[in-house]
Amino acid sequence: MVNLTIDGREVCVPEGTTIMKAAASVGIMIPHLCYLEGINEIGACKVCVVEMQGKVKLITSCNNPVEEGMVLFTNSPKVRSVRRTNVELILSQHDCNCATCVRSGNCNLQKISNDLGIVDIPYEKDIPFVSWDKDFPFIRDAGKCIKCMRCVQVCDKIQDLHIWDVQNTGSRTTVDVAQNRCISESDCSTCGQCVTHCPTGALRERNDVPEVFKVLADPEKITVVQVAPAVRTAWAENMDIPKEMATEGRLAAALKQVGFDYVFDTCFSADLTIMEEGNELLQRLSDIKESGLPMFTSCCPGWVKFMKSQYPEYAGRLSSAKSPQQMFGAVTKTYFAEQIGVSPDKICCISIMPCIAKKGEAAWEGMDVTGTGPDVDIVLTTREMVRLFKAEHIMPKLLKEEKFDSPLGENTGAGVIFGATGGVMEAALRTAVSIIEGGNSNPEKFNDVRGEDGRREVTYHVNGVPLRTCTVSGLGNARKMMEDVISGKSTYDFVEVMACPGGCVGGGGQPILDGVEMAYVRAPKLYELDKRREIRFSHENPEIKKLYEDYLEKPLSEKAHHLLHYEHAVK
Amino acid sequence: MSRLKISTPNKAQLTVERLYKDLERHIIASPPGLCPIDLQLSFLKTCHAQTCGKCVPCRVGLSQLAHLMEDVLENRADLNTLEMIETTANNITDSADCAIGYEAAHMVLAGLEGFREDYLYHIEHGKCSCSITQPVPCVALCPAGVDIPGYIALVGEERYADAVRLIRKDNPFPTACALICEHPCEARCRRSMIDSPINIRGLKRMAVDNARANTVPVPEKAASTGKKVAIVGGGPGGLSAAYYLELMGHHAVVFEEKSKLGGMLRYGIPNYRFPRERLDEDIEAILSTGVEVHTGVTVGNDKDDVSLEKLREEFDAVYIAIGAHTDKKIGIEGEESKGVISAVEMLRGIGDDNPPDFKGKRVIVVGGGNVAMDCTRSAIRLGAESVGIAYRRRQEDMTALPEEVEGAIAEGAELYSLKAPHKIEADENGNVTAIWVEPQIIGPIDAWGRARPVKADVELLRIPCDIVVVAIGQGIESRHFEESGVPVKRGTLDSSSESGIRDIPGVFAGGDCVTGPATVIRAIAAGKVAAANIDEYLGYRHLISCDVEIPQVTYEDKTPCGRINLSERESGKRKNDFDAIECSMTKQEACQEAGRCLRCDHFGYGNLKGGRAAIW
Repeated sequence: MVNLTIDGREVCVPEGTTIMKAAASVGIMIPHLCYLEGINEIGACKVCVVEMQGKVKLITSCNNPVEEGMVLFTNSPKVRSVRRTNVELILSQHDCNCATCVRSGNCNLQKISNDLGIVDIPYEKDIPFVSWDKDFPFIRDAGKCIKCMRCVQVCDKIQDLHIWDVQNTGSRTTVDVAQNRCISESDCSTCGQCVTHCPTGALRERNDVPEVFKVLADPEKITVVQVAPAVRTAWAENMDIPKEMATEGRLAAALKQVGFDYVFDTCFSADLTIMEEGNELLQRLSDIKESGLPMFTSCCPGWVKFMKSQYPEYAGRLSSAKSPQQMFGAVTKTYFAEQIGVSPDKICCISIMPCIAKKGEAAWEGMDVTGTGPDVDIVLTTREMVRLFKAEHIMPKLLKEEKFDSPLGENTGAGVIFGATGGVMEAALRTAVSIIEGGNSNPEKFNDVRGEDGRREVTYHVNGVPLRTCTVSGLGNARKMMEDVISGKSTYDFVEVMACPGGCVGGGGQPILDGVEMAYVRAPKLYELDKRREIRFSHENPEIKKLYEDYLEKPLSEKAHHLLHYEHAVK
Repeated sequence: MSRLKISTPNKAQLTVERLYKDLERHIIASPPGLCPIDLQLSFLKTCHAQTCGKCVPCRVGLSQLAHLMEDVLENRADLNTLEMIETTANNITDSADCAIGYEAAHMVLAGLEGFREDYLYHIEHGKCSCSITQPVPCVALCPAGVDIPGYIALVGEERYADAVRLIRKDNPFPTACALICEHPCEARCRRSMIDSPINIRGLKRMAVDNARANTVPVPEKAASTGKKVAIVGGGPGGLSAAYYLELMGHHAVVFEEKSKLGGMLRYGIPNYRFPRERLDEDIEAILSTGVEVHTGVTVGNDKDDVSLEKLREEFDAVYIAIGAHTDKKIGIEGEESKGVISAVEMLRGIGDDNPPDFKGKRVIVVGGGNVAMDCTRSAIRLGAESVGIAYRRRQEDMTALPEEVEGAIAEGAELYSLKAPHKIEADENGNVTAIWVEPQIIGPIDAWGRARPVKADVELLRIPCDIVVVAIGQGIESRHFEESGVPVKRGTLDSSSESGIRDIPGVFAGGDCVTGPATVIRAIAAGKVAAANIDEYLGYRHLISCDVEIPQVTYEDKTPCGRINLSERESGKRKNDFDAIECSMTKQEACQEAGRCLRCDHFGYGNLKGGRAAIW
């Protein structure tokens, strides 16, 4: 243990503790900007500086460990002056138009500047401009970048995709797409982890809310909205509503209040995905055993993009079953259109996703089963949906709970857990094993696949045959898994990958809480909903059963193939 | 009223003088990988601040040049901008009155030519093509990428064995490099910005002097792969490759032509700089990994030789690291006389404990490199009556390390600078009696900034002597390998930067035999690269790492403090024997010197890009 004094208080912490954490342990919260625990401890912004007695130079508290007997001051006149000047310097190169910034009210730079009482910037403003592809699923605004390097580090250390890098040297040092590519030419998976870890509005999702207003204003259009499982765990985080009131019912009510004609649930199409993917797994099992190569899930477009750019030769091992979002779109524009007797081009299918990559997925070539336009027309992230509610002055806490609409609303616990890492695997096992063994097993039987490790391996014995599963979240872990599969170090039958750490609950489209990882706070909410669902097996969803009876015949039928499957193999 | 007065510099002038020195040191410590145009622009602004302002081309022209270069940097330029820069700079060079103007424009023109590609890149892409890859300057400049801040911190904590372990992760010759490395790592040490570079080699010496390499066990080996690799040449490069290959679980078999291992470390560098027993410490540690050694075996195509073809048949891979051991001739009259010997021959004899008899002889060494100094100082120790160095250029133009030249002079060598060898005179028995040299004056400076000697309008000079040692460079014995199909380019074996040889799978080459005579650390680095790529070639990806924990940083203010240099035995005594001349630091000195390290692995760009490669 190391003993030291901070602002006159005695502190005793284990060796190697950073000054910032030592201070926090006695309730002194040193302000900081670029620091991101475990990922970006580079002492770049120099906001977290402290003064050490007897030393001239200040020390950054985020990345420097305590020393025995040191006497520190977090608010000495020198610290105050330096901290203020450094924030002013950052602001001199920051586009401070907070009124038009999506991060206003949720921006650490804004907060620190306000807290320090900075009402005037004494330096000349020098805002850089760099052009950006406005159609890309996310937008980088160089004028708001404070070069904290978090995006670089997240993409390097967590996602192992190295999309961002430091560009130029000297005064022109900035962050840009690595290797001098433009973003659309890069291997970016569009997972959006850089966006959710950006301290300012320099990275944000493409704003598609105006598109929604456009269709809401069109009397000819029927608006159909779907909400992904993970959205319900997080949507209220930045809204004025008590936690216990932030229910699925109030979410449905709020969407109805916006004026969408039909409010459906992506959990329904998650059940549909399980029907197709579970049966596909059983069908491919003999080939899997023979080739020694697993089938990979394909629900996560970030992972699919990663696979196609990093391991194109293995893209054919991805399940051909479309993701719930895309199955939903395809069913809406065919089955549902027929049911309500309108032509598919009259329907605008909108999805609310915890994800940025979904914006890209909706636009993939071939995701147009009717030939009348994309199956999913508009994708909003959870954050955009919240902005939509605010724009519509909707206060969900004042709304009565409502049910999701039918027929694309009924869902099971299996569909709900899709939003957490391991959820697709668990839901698929529930159904696939029931099919093999005949009759339902205990729905909790497969919950070993849950967990917070980035990679988890569980082997189940089904009718005496081992089924080796691997569940991965985070693309860095996915790369390690792929290397092990390719080298033969690991052999699996079925692998689930979600690009974002913790799965969709930690997705790139979810609300942002600077410096806090929320995935494993949100996931238990889904498991709680699962537990409380009457039906917990996808194949028992009555609306799914009806869909097959009335329209699709059976899983993997010709019609199902046409509507619900997608060829990923890279030629 | 006084007509004249003595001017004394005022405070402002004195401060500016000090700032000049500060800036000089800043420039010396400039990290590699910076945007050259950004630097060029800042140089131009400095030059412009020097202008008196009288003449148009300098006063206005330089500022317009700066605007044009800013356009390039701010992505407002096109190809016309480059043309404007060139025309304007040319006109300034042609018309400025004084050097302030024309030399400033000259620098711009040099950059326009030298890094034109980066100018074009800026214009085309709106950004710079350069980037800082290795953020720690000393590590960036060490060919083997040794974790320098790491071992300096360990030496500072007196953890000498750990320092040796850490060095070995990238360099299995800690002792050799502690004693004789040319320390390119010190060139851009950031400490220079405060005072002067850290004495990195001296601190490494502190580690190996207090934890002898042969007493620090080598790391555990990977499981045996059953693969065998032949190493041709038992010098620093070959042994480095052998060491890492053994750690990776392959079996390395070294074939060495001479009777002992060490290559140029034994047969090129004299004992007083690198005592043999210290070399043996490194070799002993390397061999403890299980390297198999065959000395006295030549790889070639003559009778009794082992052929490359045979090695390729019997081994899974071959690494050629034969060094550069053949001598070069001056090509002057009388060079075949008795008493003319090559540096290689002389130093080899000393290495094999069979030194030439120089007792009472007058010796002239021809050359200005480190090898020439080694010969000079060895000749003094062999009891020569007098030793002189004949060199075509000036002392400051010598390629030898300045301390080597100064050491030789201190030990009594006579330096004949600006004396080009003309002919060697011999008596009727063919024995050398003198060397005739042609006095030179120093002349024009070439494109590389080196002043060329030109014949002086004076008589030839006769320097009486009995022995002439020719130390003007070494060549490579590449004939046998060329016959076996290894491509040879300008006398060196032609291998890629990954050390593989085109069209001959499984054969790798590196070190002096590829680059021409270079430094020991370059040979070691080549051996490390070869080991990694041979491992990959054999279908593996073994990783080399070191689990030594690096001491945490301290928060001492970095107040300026002098650099501790290593002391030497007094010249009058040391010149009589071959014992080591350099002395180690004391603990007090080593702690102070280690404390000067700025820990660029932790502070600055190091903690963004990672201050160390813990694994390779």
